[in-house]
Formats: sequence, structure tokens, C-alpha cells
Amino acid sequence: MQATIIEAINDALHEEMATDDRTLVFGQDVAESGGVFRATEGLQETFGGDRVLDTPLSEIAIVGAAIGLATYGYRPVAEIQFSGFLPPAFDQLVTNASRIRWRTRGELTAPMTVRTPYGAGVRALEHHSESLEAVYSHIPGLKVAVPSTPHDAKGMLISAIRDPDPVLFMEPKHVYRSFREEVPDGTYTEPLGEAAVRREGEDVTVIAWGAMMHKTREAVDNLDGIDVELIDLRSISPLDRETVVRSVKKTGRCVVVHEAPKSGGFAGELIATINDEALMFLEAPVERVTGFDVPVPLLAMEDFYIPQPPRIEEAITETVNY
Amino acid sequence: MNEDPRPAPARPISADAETVSQDDVDVDTYRILEPDGSYDAERLPDLDDETFRELYRWMVLQRVFDNRATKLQRRGKLGTYASGRGQEASIIGSAFALSDQDRIFPYGREAGTLLIHGLSMRDLLLYWRGLEDASRMDGANSFGVAISIGSHVPVVTGTAWGMKLDDADSVAFANLGDGATSTGAFHEGINFAGVLDAPAVFFTQNNQYAISLPFEEQTAADTVAQKALGYGIDGIRVDGNDVLAVYNAVLTARENAMDGTPTLVEAVTYRRAAHTTSDDPSRYRERSEVEEWEKQDPLERYREFLQSEGLFEAIDEEAVREEIDEMFDDAVAAADEFAERDVREIFEHLHEEMPPELRRQLSEYEELLDERPDMYEHIEQRPKG
Repeated sequence: MQATIIEAINDALHEEMATDDRTLVFGQDVAESGGVFRATEGLQETFGGDRVLDTPLSEIAIVGAAIGLATYGYRPVAEIQFSGFLPPAFDQLVTNASRIRWRTRGELTAPMTVRTPYGAGVRALEHHSESLEAVYSHIPGLKVAVPSTPHDAKGMLISAIRDPDPVLFMEPKHVYRSFREEVPDGTYTEPLGEAAVRREGEDVTVIAWGAMMHKTREAVDNLDGIDVELIDLRSISPLDRETVVRSVKKTGRCVVVHEAPKSGGFAGELIATINDEALMFLEAPVERVTGFDVPVPLLAMEDFYIPQPPRIEEAITETVNY
Repeated sequence: MNEDPRPAPARPISADAETVSQDDVDVDTYRILEPDGSYDAERLPDLDDETFRELYRWMVLQRVFDNRATKLQRRGKLGTYASGRGQEASIIGSAFALSDQDRIFPYGREAGTLLIHGLSMRDLLLYWRGLEDASRMDGANSFGVAISIGSHVPVVTGTAWGMKLDDADSVAFANLGDGATSTGAFHEGINFAGVLDAPAVFFTQNNQYAISLPFEEQTAADTVAQKALGYGIDGIRVDGNDVLAVYNAVLTARENAMDGTPTLVEAVTYRRAAHTTSDDPSRYRERSEVEEWEKQDPLERYREFLQSEGLFEAIDEEAVREEIDEMFDDAVAAADEFAERDVREIFEHLHEEMPPELRRQLSEYEELLDERPDMYEHIEQRPKG
């Protein structure tokens, strides 16, 4: 079928709830109304109120309860309505979800998924636009996945739900409905922890993920005469170092694009990895195109903040001409 | 000039809107054994004589374990330890009301609860010696100890929710202290449990202190139990130094919870020990206050009851204490036998499958440890505390 990202996510949830009756979906406004982005539409009608539940406005309770259910044998899929509201539950991810397997030496495990839309560009209010993936990638024991296409959104979400450990599934809401592509019917998985090479090239490696893949692709398409290898990182943690390093060894140049602020952003980890394993292959410093070290502006000026194609084009051109 | 279109500020007049206040609520403290030795025979739990005696033996065990563990720490043979001294009735009375199918979420002071529900004394000592392996809580149906205060409360709700979906014959049981009642996790977890009608029991041992902060400064609420009303669940306030009352209270809470009403129990007790072995309570409370509570000793109160019921004659207290001392000695010896651990252990069990980067960090580290044995001059494993 042809599907948008949001439709693919909805389809994945239907598939997994039908496959495994220990799978539960809950969060704010997910049941009766089908979610503010309609990601969970139709689930309650199909699977009933016991398995698809509206929760109080209570992020700590949502994530905490997911841990309690997962360690008791369920497969909870919790929705946090916007990733800007996840910080109250950060404690539950750090203190319990990510380390219960480790703490109990494998006696208890937390196979749970927290889905949350992230990123700017939808003209929302304050706290609706953050990209905190690097923060979550710093927690040992927590996987962080960021799909950029409908095909991956469905396959990676099914992987996340089936994963034996907790996964934070960050959805690029800016491109939730911006395009359709062919998405297979039925169940399939896309692995977590593996990047995808979207375009092979010889001149420069460009790495992005989530919504930034689309800005980056636009930039790459605008550049004549530069043969870009474009990597969709897909998984922030665990990180597919092998694909990154192999590519940079081939091209000798690299640009990383992310929406989050520059300082402490995930580009830093990628550059450190490249320094560790491919320093002598580099022909130019690795360039970063990122958000600025400021909060995401309110809706009137958010486009200034978001890395736009011309900025990305400049960085790629400079890196190639270095 | 335009006239200011804003309404005039309210004048300081008095209005008479009705308020609801905690003074409108009567929160009785449930009690069976009075401090003066009398007791309410109507309320006695339906236990056989031997179980009445077992309750006493376990309270002695909690007392002896706390004393011995504290001494072990003083001798450098245990890590930081949190004693339950003064809270034995709350710890043992609640533990006796639980079934082995209930999942226990400990908060640290309840040695007896974990031992009653299947943990070995050796493993409990190993936990306090900081050995990861002991946190399996082998034999006990238990989540790890909630060192981050209150963090377990919403997790308890989730597990109780699962039990409800399974129609299980069990509850999720949280131990917590008065400090935890000020955390956001406590509020959100209990509120959600109320919405879910989840079979959860939130057992608050109000021992009057969160490290140095007295209960009066923890909250403006007169009691913990009344907080249940804010969540639409039930509350019980019980004398936490009365083991029979605690037993009945938790039994009631458990039945209530399984019938769809999560219950918040407040056991009013007193932490006679320091917060942990790292704390010096003389900095924040008077010795005289502790002495007042020593007069309310839960063991003595229960012993008096057993004596008046003629149940105590069959207990040789000295023999009981000797037996527990021996158990403790054996547990220490068994813990001492626990071999030095391999560094691999700290990398394992984080993920079902170790990610490549972590495998690499481990193997590089193992190589370094081989090449630089002087690393061990900087690494002191403390398997014996």
C-alpha cells in the first residue's frame, strides 16, 4: 500500500496488536480520539478498551506504568504526545527502564516502546519542537530509533515493539504526512542499530536522520557535480559505526546534519567515532550543520532555526572544496 | 484621554465561599495493642498460636539483623547500610500479610520482608556489599530496591495493572517512606492506580524523618493516609509500632486492592537508627525524642501481648537470638566465600545482546588489564565489604 509515515505507524501498531495479545497501547488521547496525530486511530475499536487506553496527563505515570507492565510480561507501547513533554519521565527511563535488566542480572526485563513525535516545523506552541535524541543516546541500556520514511517507520516500530529491551522511538512529525511511499502489507521488520545508505557516492559522506533526511536530500539534489554518499542513520543508539566509518574511509569527507543544538549534539559522537577509526582517511575537517545553541524558537521564527537546504549545501560544498 | 477599560481591582472585602480542609476529615489511627499493654480483643487477627509466635521471632530477627549489619559496616565489612530499627512491627506485620505471588517493591529498610518472601540472608548481605549479582533477589518476587526515592511508585502501578489484566490473585506492593510522598512519581503513580482500579498497595512507613527532614516539614498535610482522598482511593492510618494492627491493615488494603480499590497505608512509626550508616542524626534531632519512642518499642509491646495471652512461655528468647546470630554468622561466612568477580560482569545484562561498541569497550579493557597488571593497584574489589 501507499502510506505516509503516520499511516505506516498506525499500520505497524495494528499488526503488532493483532500478532501479540500482550501488546498494549496507551497514552494521552490515544484511545477515544486516536491520538493528536491519529497514530493510534482505530486501535481501540479493533482491540478494545483493555488493550488501548487513554491515560491521565501524567508522563511519569505513563512511562513508569510501561516499566511495571513490561517487567510483568506485557509489551507496552506508550505514547508521549510530544517529545518536549518527555523530560518529566526522563527519570523513569534512566532510573528504571534502561537498567532493570542490568540491576536484576536479567531476572526482570523491560521490553517496552515509548513512541514520541519530535522536531520543529509544525507551527506548534513552545515545548512541541525539541530534538533531544542525543540526550537519550547517553543512557546506557536505552535504544533510540529515528525513522525517516514510511517503510522504515513501520518496520522499525515492529522491531522496537519486539525488542527485548526498552526503545525510545522518535517520530519525525514534520514529515508525518508530507509524502507517501510503498509500504508492504503485513508484518516485516527493519533492524535497529543499522544505518541505511540512501545514495552511494564518492566525494563526500553526508549523515542525517529523521526529518533532517528530507532537508538534506533536497540540498543534495540541488548540488550539481558533487557525488554525495547519503547515510540515513536511523538508529542513534546503538550506533552503526561500521557503516559510517566504511563510508568516510571511501569518501574522505563528511558532513553531519542534525536539528538539535550544536553543542553536545550527536554530531559530536559521530565526529569522535570518525577520529577514532578513520582519521587518516580524512581530506577535510568533518562539518556540522545543526540547530543553534538556543531553544527552538516559537512558531513565527522557527524556520530560522531549522537547518535549511542552502545551509546544508554550503557545508557540503565547503567540505568538498577544502 | 480614554478611561482605563480594565476592571477596578477587587476591594479587600470578605467573601464566604466554602472551603474544604483537612480539618473536615477524621483520620483515625487503627490500633490493636495499646502502649499500656491493653488490647482490643475484638480486633485480634485470626492467627494460630504458632503464627503469633512467628511474628515475634521475625521481629527479633529484623532487630538482630539490623544490629549485626550495622556492626559489620562499622568493621568495614559491609557497605552503607539502612537500618529498620524501630520499624520492626511495620516491616514484619506488612510482610506477613503478603502472599508469595505479590510483587514487592522494596525501599531498603525491610530486611525481614525480603527474607520472609524468599531471599537468602547471604544474598541480602551481598546486596549491601555492593555485588551486582545479589540484585537478582533470587527466590523473592521482588523488583530492585528503589534507591531513588519514590521512583518505584508508578512502576508498582504498571505491574498492578498487568495483574488486573491477568485477573491474577495478587497485588503489587510498594514499601516507601514519608519522604517519597513529596515526589512527583508518588503523585502520578498513585493517581494513575486510582484511575485504573489497579490492585496496588502503597505502604508508607512514616518514620518521621527523611534523612534530617521531619515529617512536619515534608508536607502541610497532617497525615499521609488522607492523601488517598485526593486520588479517589482508600487510605488507612495505622499504628506502625503495633504489629497486629499493621498486619490487619495491610491484609485489608490487599483485599481492597484486589477488589479494585488501590490503598495507601500509612504506618506511623519512628526511625530510631540513623538514616544510614553514613548519617549522624545528632545533628538534627534530640536524643530525648528518640528516648520517647524507645518507650514505644514494637517488640516490647508485642511481647507483653504474647505474655498476657500465655503465648510467650513457649518462646526461649535467648535461644531465638542465638539461632539468629548463628544464621547471621553463617550468612556472613557464605558471603565471604563469594569469589572475586570478573570485570565482564559490569558489561553484561544491560542488553539481551551486547551491542558491538560495548563488546569492543570490554575487549579493549580486558586487553589493557592483561597488559597492565598494575591497574589492579588502583582497583580494590570489596567482596568482603
